[in-house]
Amino acid sequence: MQSLGIDVLFKGTNFLRLLGGLWVALRISLVSVSVSILLGLAVGVLMTSKNPIIKAFFRVYLEIVRIMPQMVLLFVVFFGSTRVFGWNLAPETSAVIVFSFWGVAEMGDLVRGALISIPRIQYESAEALGMTENQTYLYIILPQTIRRLIPLSINLITRMIKTTSLVIMIGIVEVLKVAQQIIEANRRVSPNAAFGIFAVVFLLYFLLCWPISKLASYLEKRWA
Amino acid sequence: MDWDVILSYLPRYREALLLTLRIGWQGVAFSLLTGVLCAVVIYLRLPVLKTIVGGYIELFRNTPLLVQLFFLYFALPKIGIRISPQVCGTLGLGLLGGAYMAETFRSGLESIAPIQTESAESLGMNRMQVFGYVLLPQAVSRSVPGVVANVIFLLKETSVFSTISLMDLMFTAKDLIGMYAKTIECLTMLVVFYLLMLLPVSLLGSLLERRVRFAEFGD
Repeated sequence: MQSLGIDVLFKGTNFLRLLGGLWVALRISLVSVSVSILLGLAVGVLMTSKNPIIKAFFRVYLEIVRIMPQMVLLFVVFFGSTRVFGWNLAPETSAVIVFSFWGVAEMGDLVRGALISIPRIQYESAEALGMTENQTYLYIILPQTIRRLIPLSINLITRMIKTTSLVIMIGIVEVLKVAQQIIEANRRVSPNAAFGIFAVVFLLYFLLCWPISKLASYLEKRWA
Repeated sequence: MDWDVILSYLPRYREALLLTLRIGWQGVAFSLLTGVLCAVVIYLRLPVLKTIVGGYIELFRNTPLLVQLFFLYFALPKIGIRISPQVCGTLGLGLLGGAYMAETFRSGLESIAPIQTESAESLGMNRMQVFGYVLLPQAVSRSVPGVVANVIFLLKETSVFSTISLMDLMFTAKDLIGMYAKTIECLTMLVVFYLLMLLPVSLLGSLLERRVRFAEFGD
């Protein structure tokens, strides 16, 4: 049995290149998560609005994000929008647009859920103590909401990281693409390298996401 | 928008939709089965098996389906395990979904107050009866929203199948764009076909969520 690609992994700068590919995925997800959290907070507050037009608008937005695969959205933005509007979009920009579009909806829904889960009595008690609406939000509602939101937003980061693996389809050279390049380059020397390299990519994703989701579930238990 | 083009592409999209649906539902069925088994193993705290199942759940919940499929389809043949694309798709979807479903069922089981088990035991029920008549029906009804969300998630994830050369909707759209460059038509059809596939599931899901609530005790 020939080697399964572990030697190829440590040949030259191959391992560093893989890590570099992982960094590309991480960078895209960090930018998208930041946008999602910032806009998501605003969208979440808007979602609790009683105005029927705003409500209907966000219902449709949420439903679109809920049932459209991110891959389809990537294609629509990267290939479709450039065709229709004639502009140029870098693959990474399209990825950030799509993942933010998706993340803002998710985050908004989480914020909405956290806001409505705060019992009525908290608002009423604050009012009874003579607090203004702004004070109520600032000192009573927000601290509790943020506590519930932090574990959920950390979870969103891991989901973002996992979803960024799709960007290979619009030509971004991320970890899977680098893995394919390494395998192709060493096809003659080490035909079985695919096993080792893909196993390492599998493991890298796991090592990246697992601690983050562990942290999220730890915080969730502690602050529940 | 060129309607003749859309009409001429229709049969290919229909084929692709059927393939996506077939693999999707097989994967969902497989994931439900895996999920129930894993949840029961964890709930009953079976030694050894519990550790294995726990590791499986963590591993598959924390890696993307695309990477899992690449491993199944491109890496496994190198150590002599050759799987057809169809089986790969079903297996990948089932393994990914199984990990998610297990978590959903487990939290459903754990959300039932201990007093219910105690009351059932004090009525003279044995462990299997408590599980079958008291815990399971309530756990199932509490898991429904989670299961529906998982099913939609899994059906959406089928969009990565094109990477292991399955002729699904994504593959068809990419292929047709590559050949005839009718980008707008192809992408519109892609969106419409995904809507056709997932909108009914989403609507049915929310209907189901309302229907099953009667099995719950209290509130």
